[in-house]
Amino acid sequence: MLTKRAGLKLATAFAALMVAGTASAAEKLRLLTWADYAPADIVQQFTKETGIEVEITLSNNEEMISKLRATQGAGFDLVQPSQDRIAGPQQEFGIYKPLDVSKLKSDLFIASMLEATKKNTTLDGKVYGVPHIWGTDGLIVNTKTAPNVADYNDLCSAAISGKASFRAKRPTLIAFAFANGMDPFASYNDPKAYTAMMEKVGAKLAECKKNVKYFWDGKEQLLNSLRSGEIVAAMAWDTGGWKLNSENPEIKFVAPKSGALGWVDTFAIPAKGRNDDAAYKWINFNMRPEIAAKVAAAAGNFTASNGADKLMQGKLKDQFAESFPKAAIDNIKWYPAVPAGIEEIEGKILDRLKAGS
Amino acid sequence: MKSAQRLTLYLLLAPAILWLGLLIVLPHVEILILSFSERVAPRVYAYGAGNYLEFFTEPLYWRTFARTAIMSIFVTAITLVLAFPIALYIARVAQGRTKAMLLLLCLLPFWVSELVRTLGWMMLLRETGVVSYLLRAMGLADQPVELLYNDGAVILGLVYGGLLFMIVPLANALESLEPSVVEAGFDLGGSRWTVLRRIVIPHAMPGIVAGSIIVFMLTVGNFATPVLLGGKNGLWFTEQIYAQFITRFNWPQGAAFGMLLLLLSSIIVWAGLRLTRQSLGTTLRQA
Repeated sequence: MLTKRAGLKLATAFAALMVAGTASAAEKLRLLTWADYAPADIVQQFTKETGIEVEITLSNNEEMISKLRATQGAGFDLVQPSQDRIAGPQQEFGIYKPLDVSKLKSDLFIASMLEATKKNTTLDGKVYGVPHIWGTDGLIVNTKTAPNVADYNDLCSAAISGKASFRAKRPTLIAFAFANGMDPFASYNDPKAYTAMMEKVGAKLAECKKNVKYFWDGKEQLLNSLRSGEIVAAMAWDTGGWKLNSENPEIKFVAPKSGALGWVDTFAIPAKGRNDDAAYKWINFNMRPEIAAKVAAAAGNFTASNGADKLMQGKLKDQFAESFPKAAIDNIKWYPAVPAGIEEIEGKILDRLKAGS
Repeated sequence: MKSAQRLTLYLLLAPAILWLGLLIVLPHVEILILSFSERVAPRVYAYGAGNYLEFFTEPLYWRTFARTAIMSIFVTAITLVLAFPIALYIARVAQGRTKAMLLLLCLLPFWVSELVRTLGWMMLLRETGVVSYLLRAMGLADQPVELLYNDGAVILGLVYGGLLFMIVPLANALESLEPSVVEAGFDLGGSRWTVLRRIVIPHAMPGIVAGSIIVFMLTVGNFATPVLLGGKNGLWFTEQIYAQFITRFNWPQGAAFGMLLLLLSSIIVWAGLRLTRQSLGTTLRQA
C-alpha cells in the first residue's frame, strides 16, 4: 500500500521530472536512424560545433515508416530510410517533406550516387531523399564447414541442412527470384506478373525451409549463431560478414553468383519535423569526408561522401576487394523504388512461408 | 447534502472512469472503426467488411488463430496441473514465514522483465547452451542438441510465465477450505483421491477457473515468448497482428485481426465458463 506521504513524494518527483523534461532549452535534433550510424564521438563533435543536441532513436525501415505514419510525420526531425522505401510510403501516407537541395553541399556527395538516389526518391517532381550509407545483402559463409555455398540457392542444399538462415523479409524474396532466373524489378509495375513470380519464389522458399534453423531478425542473434557454428551460411548484410571475418578468417562475406543486392540508406525529413535547419546542418556535417569516414568505419559500411574512401582504414577495403571482384560489383542489383501495393503481395507470401510447416 | 454526496462519489469515480474511457474504451472504438476501412488507392479508403472476410477466406490466418488458441488451452492445462500441488502446499501445509517465503519464491522471477526471462531460457536451451552441454557431459547425447525454436520451447516459456497467475488465485481459493470438512471426508472412509476429487477440487473450482482465464488470456495475447523461443514453423496470432501493423503498413487488416482475437478468445472463455458451470461473478470474486 502506498502511504499518503509516499504518494505525495511520488507525485512531487513526477512533477519535477515533467518540468525537467520540458525545461531543456538547448536546440535539439531528433534523429531516427539505424544502429551505428551516429557514433557517440561524432554526435559530441556536432554538438560542440553547432550547439545542437542530438537525440537518437534506433530503428529499421518498417518501423521508421510505421512510427512516422502513426504521427503523420511528427516526432522526429530527420530519418534514414532506404532509398527504395521513400517514394511509395510518401505517396501512400505523406510522411516526408520535400528537401531543399540548395541547402545541401552537393559536392560533398559522390555525384552518380546522389543523382541516382534523387531520381529514386522523387515524387511529383520533388526530391525527398539524399544518400548517406550504402552496402549490400549477400551471403555470410563459414568456408570451412560450408565450402560450397556460392549463391542464394545453395542455402537450400542438403549439405548444410538445419544450419542455414535468412530473413523472412522482402530482400529474401528478391534474392531468390534473381537466383532462380527471374527479374523481380522488371515486374515491379505489373502486379499480376509480380504476384505470379512471388508465388514461384514462395514455393521455392517453402521447399528450402527445412534447411533453415530460424528466420533471423536481429543482426546480433545471427552473428552469434555464426560465431558458435550453429549456423554455417546465411543471407545477410556485408557489414556483419566483414565483422565476423575480422574475428575468424574462415568466415567470409560472399557476393552471390546471381548478384548481391545493393541498398542505400538516405537522409529524409519527416513531414512535421520541427528543426529543418538542424537537419540540414547534420547532413552537411555528416557528409564531410573525415566525418563520413569515421561513421562508415563504425557502421562497417560505405558512405556516399565524396573522398571519404581515401580516408578509410585498410582492413575494410581489403575485405571489400576480396568479396567483390570487378564482375561482382557490376552484378550488384540496386533496388529501384518500391511502388505502392507491392509489399502487400510480398506480405502474403511471407506470411505463408512463416506459418506453413 | 445529498447532491454533495453524489458529487463526491462522481469525483472519486472520475479517475477510474477516465482510465477506462480514455485508455481502454476509446482506443477499442477507434480500432473497431479502423478495422472496417479498406484501401482503394493511395490515401483513399472506403468502408467495408473485407478485412474480416480475409480472415475467414484465407486459411493461413484462421489456422494461425486456431493453432494459437489450441496451444494456449494446452498451456493453461499444464499450468493448472503444475500449479495445483504448489498452491495446495502453500495454502494448507506451509505456515507463517515458510508460506511467505514460498510465495516470494514464486514472485521472484517476475521482478525481471519478460524479455530477460525469455532470453534466460534461450541461453539454457540453445544448441551451444547449458542443457545441451550437460546432456553431453553426462553422456546422454553424443552431439549438440537443439532444444530451441520449436513448439515445446514455446509451451515451456509460456507455462513458466503463467505459473504465478495460476498459483495465487488457487492458493486463495484453497485457503478458505475448512480442515474439518477434509477430516470429515476421511472419517467417512474416503480415500485421498476421493477427498481430492469430491471435496478439494470442487471447493477450489472458482480459483481454478479464475486462474485459467487469466493464464489463457495472457498466453493467447503473448508476443515476446513465441517470437523468441518459437521456430520457423510456429506463428503466434499476435505476430500476424504485428506484421500487419508494422511490416505491411496495413492497419485496417491488423485492426480487424485485433478485434477478432478479442472476440474469439472471449468466446473461448465464455465456453469454458459454461462447460465448468461457473458464473463470471463468483470467478471474479475469487480472482
